Amino acid sequence: MKIASKDVSAVSMVKEALEKAKRCKNYNIFTSLNEESALNRAKEIDEKIARGEDAGRLAGVPYALKDNFLSKEGNTTASSKILEPLRAPLDSTTVEKLEAEGAIMIGRTNMDSFAHGSSTENSYFGPTLNAYDKERVAGGSSGGSAVAVAKGIVQFATGTDTGGSIRQPASFNGVYGFKPTYGTISRYGVVAMASSTDCIGFFARSADDIDLLMQICSGQDPKDLTTLPDYYNEKNDKEIKKIGIIKDFDLSKVDPSIKKAFDDKVSELKKDGYEIVELSMPALKYALAVYYIVVPAEITSNLSRHDGIRYGYRSESAKSLDDVFSMSRGAGFMPENKRRIMIGNFVLSSGFYDAYYLKAQKARTLIIDEYKKAFEKCDFILTPVSPSPAFKLGEKVDDPVSMYLEDVMSVPLNLAGVPGLAIPAGETESGLPVGLQIVGPRRSDKALLEFAGRIAGEAKINEEVE
Amino acid sequence: MKYIPTIGIECHVQLCTKTKLFSEVDNDARGKEPNSCVSPVDYALPGMLPRLNGEAIRYAIRAGFAMNAKINTVSRFDRKHYFYPDSPKGYQITQFYHPIIGEGYIELPSGTKVRIEHAHLEGDAGKLTHFDTYSLVDLNRVDTPLIEIVSMPDIHSAKDAHDYCKELWRTMCYAGVTNGDLYNGNMRFDVNTSIAPEGSDKLGTRTEVKNLNSFRSVERAIEYEISRQKKLLENGEKVIQETLGWNDATGKTTGQRSKEEAKDYRYMPEPDLPPVHLTEEFINAEIKKVPLLPNDYRKKFGEILPADTLEVLLDYPDLMKKLGELDVKSIKPVANLFASVLLAEEKSVEMLSHLPSATQLSDLVEMKEKGELSSTAVKEVFLKFFDPQMGKKDARAIAKELNVIQENDAGALEKIVDEVIADPACAQAVADFKAGSEKVIGFLVGQVMKKSQGKANPASAQQILRKKLA
Repeated sequence: MKIASKDVSAVSMVKEALEKAKRCKNYNIFTSLNEESALNRAKEIDEKIARGEDAGRLAGVPYALKDNFLSKEGNTTASSKILEPLRAPLDSTTVEKLEAEGAIMIGRTNMDSFAHGSSTENSYFGPTLNAYDKERVAGGSSGGSAVAVAKGIVQFATGTDTGGSIRQPASFNGVYGFKPTYGTISRYGVVAMASSTDCIGFFARSADDIDLLMQICSGQDPKDLTTLPDYYNEKNDKEIKKIGIIKDFDLSKVDPSIKKAFDDKVSELKKDGYEIVELSMPALKYALAVYYIVVPAEITSNLSRHDGIRYGYRSESAKSLDDVFSMSRGAGFMPENKRRIMIGNFVLSSGFYDAYYLKAQKARTLIIDEYKKAFEKCDFILTPVSPSPAFKLGEKVDDPVSMYLEDVMSVPLNLAGVPGLAIPAGETESGLPVGLQIVGPRRSDKALLEFAGRIAGEAKINEEVE
Repeated sequence: MKYIPTIGIECHVQLCTKTKLFSEVDNDARGKEPNSCVSPVDYALPGMLPRLNGEAIRYAIRAGFAMNAKINTVSRFDRKHYFYPDSPKGYQITQFYHPIIGEGYIELPSGTKVRIEHAHLEGDAGKLTHFDTYSLVDLNRVDTPLIEIVSMPDIHSAKDAHDYCKELWRTMCYAGVTNGDLYNGNMRFDVNTSIAPEGSDKLGTRTEVKNLNSFRSVERAIEYEISRQKKLLENGEKVIQETLGWNDATGKTTGQRSKEEAKDYRYMPEPDLPPVHLTEEFINAEIKKVPLLPNDYRKKFGEILPADTLEVLLDYPDLMKKLGELDVKSIKPVANLFASVLLAEEKSVEMLSHLPSATQLSDLVEMKEKGELSSTAVKEVFLKFFDPQMGKKDARAIAKELNVIQENDAGALEKIVDEVIADPACAQAVADFKAGSEKVIGFLVGQVMKKSQGKANPASAQQILRKKLA
């Protein structure tokens, strides 16, 4: 991570980032920029440095914040109409920790509204465009954050990953994207999607940079009772020898360029002396079905608070209490939000709960056990991130199931709570980035990032603006 | 036909913890501005997560022990969904599948046992005040910890329902888990009533009367429901399963806006709160902190005090504790003073909040026993214990100040008696007594009292008079 010093001022770093952000305006990366306060913060950091004080491990580093993180700067909209007016009175734990180390938020990044989606096309503010092809999607839901890093605007950006929302856009834009073990980073102050699978993570140019961010942001938080005791900063001396590949994933169905990248990486690992272990993980085929029961159930519950009463958008034509609820929500949510709310209500309704939700929870336990067994046989697992590289804008908007299939290789990790890192792994013939995913057992995050640092290089940055 | 009523009661008890169930905000909103005891967690700002108040868990353990219940070592929270402005999250966090308190029972003074099905922890809702064209929302009460105690259908009369609610209230107050202020909704009762023909093995259709906050209204609402349902059945009509409200002024139950289209709360495990695991040691340590409960006092004082006095005084936990501090012989006279003197006072409740010390009370009893105080004087001194100016003084000092200590010195008394006998004004009475008239002794005792300025012990005075005139 390049930080501010006596030679490179924070002000110049922030100015450069803001200029780049403006140059990339057509990509629709940011929902709001934070110019004035970012420059003021940069001045403070420079003064600190001038006085010879410690300005933090991220001194003056500009970063982009996914729009579902609460921060006193700007409106926390979650790229939705219903939260468009929301000014948060507090900072999320992640923002607090990053800023305590001197990082400077220059803007909030576009996302699928409430993180529902795999393309950032479900944003109230319109889609973010792919860093390599403006006719293609950025991926999602953290599309804005991925493109902000891929375009070289910032060195890192925050993301949330409930079913692949960091890893898939990272791979679509050729950068690193990390989803840690569930509970490693506090969810306090992040607009909830699905509480039991939501993970806070990062986009960056290298595994090393992500490691630094993890050192800073991980740890138990009394404000989030699901956080794990601080394990990340413990010493790691695990020796990595065996890499698993899952034979149940039928790679003949994925895009040839992705299959090639995968095969190349496997050969490379073999050549470097790693043992490749074939794994049978039959329960993974239920993952998507389980995911689209458990996650909508939690979504419908977590979105209940958006009722137009206390904050956010309230329909002005509402004439009764029921109007306030139904009209504010009706106009405030995007179609995909509503689709998931309806699925969630359906699976939770009395008479269906046992058949869907309870059964899905049981299948989820099977998936968790399957990962445990797999990691008795290998240290990490290598898989593609998604079945195809970035698809065309509008290509899947009207076909929700095909959009959901985007997540088939990423959602099992969220259900099991295990960490996964998207690494850049070459490109397609037409020059679109291709990514692969390294999956580790719970709490292997540090070893995973170290391993990735050894097997993959720095991400390419595409500063070209069409 | 004779009908047998069956009644089940759900009781909500607000716990008097320092902070709320899921946030670190003051739980005591009495006398505070609306919406002043509310944190972002309580008003459900996006991204806020519930924290769990350990004190509420400890209070639930105490409450469970007090109702003779099993404490579950693993319990969980669930979400109960509904849209209403009193519920900022759009769901209430409750314990639907795995409550913290298992089966237990409450024993009524009559000896009837009412079984508890379970009791669970949950957050309270906010308060709405409705006006003509708008409503105001006060979230101060949001997520005040509640335990909801669910009884089995073991109650078969309005009177038993009344006694159950009262005993439950007493038990929770004694256990120290609630302020027990019924007027302010610290305990609220939902009552399910059904009737079935005698001998029937099936229960009738039940109605639920919600949000009753006095024992009397519980009793009246059930009486009303029993007779209403009976009339319906006798007329060949059906009882509709519905939720009703109680109007205390008219003494009737009324249907609550027929919005009751079978609500579906879409329960779901609360993913933001891990399960609560309790060790036996933790549970036992908490149980040890539970003070004596109403039934313990019944056992302790049962042979000393008449049952009716005891039942009256049991409404006052601090008083029972005070009685427990007294030497055994003082308990009954002190209890009688409270039951007959203090509770007759207009400001008895206020007075009871500043109880005299055990020494003050014991001294008072001792002075009475020694004959130093008349019954009237005892009452006077006793009431002065509650006087802000004199309350701190001991019994003797107060008695002296009131100048009510009786003259018991035999020598001094004999002297006064001699003076009365020698008094020419009494000559006729003395003669009459000697001639066998019993009734004049009262006049002579009265003269002794007068001469002693009321300080003589009348019994001793009579004794000496009789000896001298024999």
